[in-house]
Amino acid sequence: MPAPIRLRELIRTIRTARTQAEEREMIQKECAAIRSSFREEDNTYRCRNVAKLLYMHMLGYPAHFGQLECLKLIASQKFTDKRIGYLGAMLLLDERQDVHLLMTNCIKNDLNHSTQYVQGLALCTLGCMGSSEMCRDLAGEVEKLLKTSNSYLRKKAALCAVHVIRKVPELMEMFLPATKNLLSEKNHGVLHTSVVLLTEMCERSPDMLAHFRKLVPQLVRILKNLIMSGYSPEHDVSGISDPFLQVRILRLLRILGKNDDDSSEAMNDILAQVATNTETSKNVGNAILYETVLTIMDIKSESGLRVLAINILGRFLLNNDKNIRYVALTSLLKTVQTDHNAVQRHRSTIVDCLKDLDVSIKRRAMELSFALVNGNNIRGMMKELLYFLDSCDPEFKADCASGVFLAAEKYAPSKRWHIDTIMRVLTTAGSYVRDDSVPNLIQLITNSVEMHAYTVQRLYKALLDDISQQPLVQVASWCIGEYGDLLVSGQCEEEEPIQVTEDEVLDVLEGLLVSNLSTPVTRGYSLTAIMKLSTRFSSVNRIKKVVSIYGSSIDVELQQRAVEYNALFKKYDHMRSALLERMPIMEKTASNGPTEIVQTNGETDPSVVETKHPPPVTQSTNQATDLLDLLGGNDMVPVIQTSVPTKPASAGGELLDLLGDLSLSGGPAPTPAPSVPTSQPPFLLDGLSSQPLFNDIAAAGIPPMTAYNKNGLKIDFTFERANPNPNIAVITINASNSTEADMTDFVFQAAVPKTFQLQLLSPSSNVVPALNQGTVTQVIRVLNPQKQQLRMRIKLTYTHRASSIQDLAEVNNFPPQSWQ
Amino acid sequence: APMNLFMRMSLTTHSFLSSFHSHLCFVISSFQMQFMLLFSRQGKLRLQKWYVPLSDKEKKKITRELVQTVLARKPKMCSFLEWRDLKIVYKRYASLYFCCATEGQDNELITLEIIHRYVELLDKYFGSVCELDIIFNFEKAYFILDEFLLGGEAQETSKKNVLKAIEQADLLQEVRGLTILIGCARELFGGFTP
Repeated sequence: MPAPIRLRELIRTIRTARTQAEEREMIQKECAAIRSSFREEDNTYRCRNVAKLLYMHMLGYPAHFGQLECLKLIASQKFTDKRIGYLGAMLLLDERQDVHLLMTNCIKNDLNHSTQYVQGLALCTLGCMGSSEMCRDLAGEVEKLLKTSNSYLRKKAALCAVHVIRKVPELMEMFLPATKNLLSEKNHGVLHTSVVLLTEMCERSPDMLAHFRKLVPQLVRILKNLIMSGYSPEHDVSGISDPFLQVRILRLLRILGKNDDDSSEAMNDILAQVATNTETSKNVGNAILYETVLTIMDIKSESGLRVLAINILGRFLLNNDKNIRYVALTSLLKTVQTDHNAVQRHRSTIVDCLKDLDVSIKRRAMELSFALVNGNNIRGMMKELLYFLDSCDPEFKADCASGVFLAAEKYAPSKRWHIDTIMRVLTTAGSYVRDDSVPNLIQLITNSVEMHAYTVQRLYKALLDDISQQPLVQVASWCIGEYGDLLVSGQCEEEEPIQVTEDEVLDVLEGLLVSNLSTPVTRGYSLTAIMKLSTRFSSVNRIKKVVSIYGSSIDVELQQRAVEYNALFKKYDHMRSALLERMPIMEKTASNGPTEIVQTNGETDPSVVETKHPPPVTQSTNQATDLLDLLGGNDMVPVIQTSVPTKPASAGGELLDLLGDLSLSGGPAPTPAPSVPTSQPPFLLDGLSSQPLFNDIAAAGIPPMTAYNKNGLKIDFTFERANPNPNIAVITINASNSTEADMTDFVFQAAVPKTFQLQLLSPSSNVVPALNQGTVTQVIRVLNPQKQQLRMRIKLTYTHRASSIQDLAEVNNFPPQSWQ
Repeated sequence: APMNLFMRMSLTTHSFLSSFHSHLCFVISSFQMQFMLLFSRQGKLRLQKWYVPLSDKEKKKITRELVQTVLARKPKMCSFLEWRDLKIVYKRYASLYFCCATEGQDNELITLEIIHRYVELLDKYFGSVCELDIIFNFEKAYFILDEFLLGGEAQETSKKNVLKAIEQADLLQEVRGLTILIGCARELFGGFTP
């Protein structure tokens, strides 16, 4: 039997293969030869064969059949065998295979071998891949070796102990005695590995941490010697003595000094010394400085030291080496909260890093920049960040856009600036903006009343340029629907008003409907916008036509909308203007972001009230000012409740949603308000299904009253207290009609003073039958936290004998019990 | 122990093998080298040292993906990148990439020094080391690494001591022509790639 081919020759041969197939063939041939050699239990060449197997394994070929052979090699007496055997074990075996346990005995023997290099092999293997079982079995041996005076073995035993502790934490205690004089070693290898061991123990156990705190002075001394001692060729790296040991000591000091005043104070001087004396021309010096900075920031260092650390980071930022800049940005990001002012001083350098070519550096610079934005620097910072947004990679755009929105919301110096900033983001990164930004922006725009004309004009112009970015298009559609009248009347004060006709505007909106670039959600927005314009524009016929076309759209969402809008035109035309009135100011909750917005189906498109279920919703939200005008008062401010957006198409839940979404003075209107912050005053949510609409039981002792009685229409109020909130009075109105003709299209609206909140539930019907044959009932809930005297203004509209009647009245005669 | 502050602040998250994650999770230690890979510019693996237990399949997947990621980096980029839940430190020496993966709050700059020290050791041992040396004497590269690092940590900070230990161990090797072969390697197989 010829001797198996040598390792180097095999390598050479395999490398001559020109194709993958050729290589595979060679490998297979050799594997077969190796297998038969193994079968023959050939001791002489086992080592060579396993080595070849390891090479082939590295190329990616299976080598599991060599596992047992590795064990045989380990058990051999020859050092060469053991060397390859242990290497093979580390490469081919791991703790998942039971076979690895067979190593345990060999390792145990080798740990006690007479040759230190054999012991070293065993320690290395155990410390690299020892399983928990092996560690348990052999911990005692490792502990023994940890106490040896042979520094070659001692250092390896220390790291082996680290591994044992990581696998079997309960065994940590047994190594404690051996750590007693580890730090008195002169040998750097032992010192280094001892510090690693101590670090591991301190991190895992608070008791150990407390125990080892007493080592701080000794560690400080060792570190001092390293810095002060002269040139030591053995450990020198570019003029610095044993940087690896310095770094590990600094790290251990960090752990020991954290949250401990005394330890922190004891290390203060040495940290300052290292920070100021370390040579920074090469990476190695900066590595030590970096570790020093990390330590200073983590312990209870005095402020002077902290400033020193931040300044080091600031200098790092100016370093040509991008690796140094990277670690600086990372560290600054960690400290920006606690040392905000110190980091602010380096703001311009940080902003410069936005232009770096490296992705990681750019990202950190971006995050840090956002953390540094405040009321004073918002204008300048935003300029830089918007420039960054323009030019950055797509992977950054979504995060950057969100960051810009958040910062703008917090620190906007003016409403105009805020709108401009939003516009900039939408036009430059509009397709990357998160979905939930759209409702946020719409709310913001709605509430910036004086900017409506300017906003809609800018958005319109943006649409003329580009309709591909959906968030931009959606916000623009919504605004045009709301403020289209301002657009065509050229009312803009902030900039030159544009001349645009109604037809041009409708062209643009219709263009969105047909464009391939528009998503279904966008189409919904634009159809609704077109519909809204029917009360703002005069070209109603054109709008009617568009709406009726989409009544047969294959897109169900669009079709539903179109059908309902059609219905508005046909059957409910009298309600149309009220329904499509301008959105009121939405109440803002504390700024927060996207998480506050209720997402429904991921769609937040506005939908006019779904009038699927009779009785239909009869009222709409009125703009605050409208109601004030009507009711004439100036202390009556209808507090408009924010409404939870309804699902655009959800069957049964619809009615309940309508009941839940009430705003003052009117009825439910989950109107074209795509999401709005959801933190409602609790009692509004009470209004959902669980609460009975009509409570027969009169409130204990609160007498009913007649609120209105004119022209045959009588409206009575009955009261009760809501459970569980006693500040809420539940008023049920009963409207009756003593005339001979029905009162149809009956709508009841109410307004209360500023200190109250009012919720109007759905009426039982909108026809008050003649001759008192029936009543219309409706429930009003009034929240009166300040227990003020209840006053109300009511507005009634109905059709009687073919004429439209409207009336206003003030209700002042509430019984005291209803509000006290 | 504080884990992965860097990842927490990073706004992107990478998905990773759940089994991979579970094996990394059992190590609570804040600083640990998970593995070291050496590979060529063509993506061929020249050395793989794993300090955490993973299946062969997982190792292959990680290797494949990480190699791809690192090779895609442009020269102007920094030596550090976040990948899955790990911090990767890599440096190219001639035609070989040296790539370490650490978890948690490691000092990337000192990891660069670790890599550099290893290269210096190889260089001293082989005499102006090149990729071919690593290819034909891969087991030696492992032996040297195992005298320098143990369990992912440096066991010896003196270059001289590491090389002395290797020298002594080499002498222990029963003569089978191996020691002679190392010297002959250059003559027999010639051709250096700088």
